Amino acid sequence: MAKATKKPVMKVVKGAKAASPKKEDVDKYLKGKGLDSSREKEIGQHIGYRYDVNLVPDYSRLTPFLKRYMEVMGWDDLNWLEDVHMGYEEGRAAVFDRNVNGWVTIPAGMKLPDNQQDRDMIARELLIKFQMSRKHPMVDLNKAYRKF
Amino acid sequence: MALRTKAHDMGMHTEQLSGRTQQRFFTPSEEENFTYPEAFDVDFNKRAELDCGPLSPRDVNLKIRDLMSKGYGTIVLKNPGAKHSIAVGILNKLNLHIEGSLGYFGCGLIDGPNIRIKGRVGWSCAENMLAGTIIIEKNAGSTFGAALRGGDLVCMGDVGARMGIDMKGGTIIVGGRCGAFCGFMMQRGRMVILGDAGKNLGDSMYDGTIYVGGKIEGLGVDAVPGEMNDLDVSWLTRKLKMYGLETPKGVKNMQKIVAGKQLWNYDNLEPTEKKLIL
Repeated sequence: MAKATKKPVMKVVKGAKAASPKKEDVDKYLKGKGLDSSREKEIGQHIGYRYDVNLVPDYSRLTPFLKRYMEVMGWDDLNWLEDVHMGYEEGRAAVFDRNVNGWVTIPAGMKLPDNQQDRDMIARELLIKFQMSRKHPMVDLNKAYRKF
Repeated sequence: MALRTKAHDMGMHTEQLSGRTQQRFFTPSEEENFTYPEAFDVDFNKRAELDCGPLSPRDVNLKIRDLMSKGYGTIVLKNPGAKHSIAVGILNKLNLHIEGSLGYFGCGLIDGPNIRIKGRVGWSCAENMLAGTIIIEKNAGSTFGAALRGGDLVCMGDVGARMGIDMKGGTIIVGGRCGAFCGFMMQRGRMVILGDAGKNLGDSMYDGTIYVGGKIEGLGVDAVPGEMNDLDVSWLTRKLKMYGLETPKGVKNMQKIVAGKQLWNYDNLEPTEKKLIL
């Protein structure tokens, strides 16, 4: 399989800039169709996996709902929600739901803030509300397949 | 057989999974639940102790479930005796204290609980973990946090090889050293190693971030050095403080390893995605 490669160890750059590494338009995927690569143009769909998922959450932007969720669960931070980000699907904002393995578009008409960190917090809140709802598709699957 | 019939009755076997758009009528302002609909309503102040000595692993797991159904939110497992597959499949908020060591596949498939283990753990601890926190006070075996999806997995001591293999989210923190091929085929999430890392760190990683406080014996294919930024530093500082850990040279001097993104290709997955509209 893979060979071991020796690569230089990185040096920390003093005064490195805060993460929003790429100065892209935050509405880029809402204004256009998001068909950038040749593959996206070929299949006519935006490929939603290519966002910078390594952006760590800014805790100063927590919503009251998320703070309450952390208290209820006994967690000191967002825990699994640290990996949840606002994505964009077919020109609409969407959040990836691991339990249905698909994108869930957020309600039409919802006003979005002008930065990705705040949008990520909204995505986390909506995902919690949807996953914990009785209207989530997993509730039907649970009834059909659970063994005990 | 009965289950199969029930699933057929509900139309599950006629479902087309490829590229289908579903509509669900859901109003976020009307829904304020913090736990899954089928989860037990437990109270952290209600405490129970369980002697695992005379019980089989299956009985221990069933007993934990039974206690949760009665509202116990804090459960103490005594004499776990390094049994395999203890505390698996807990999809509930819960405080679980394990006073001893676990064997293989401990705490797998969990979604929500906070677990503290006083001893060691064997292979594949917290495999497929979705959410919650696990703290291991001593050492852990190989494939620690394999296919981890979310949550915090913390080992205060050393960890074996292939930690976080196929990791798809969440955070793994190691207080000591780790073996070879850690982060192999990592796809998302964060791995923090405060000591030294073995050979082929992050081999064939697709995405995600690895922070290392000690020496790296060698990077794997497509694992490349990244640049620390202020958010990385503040996140690491806060996260390590939560678990009472420190890195000898300071957080700012940790090495950040990311994917070179020469190997990934998600393009073929796109047409098979499911889409939901609220």
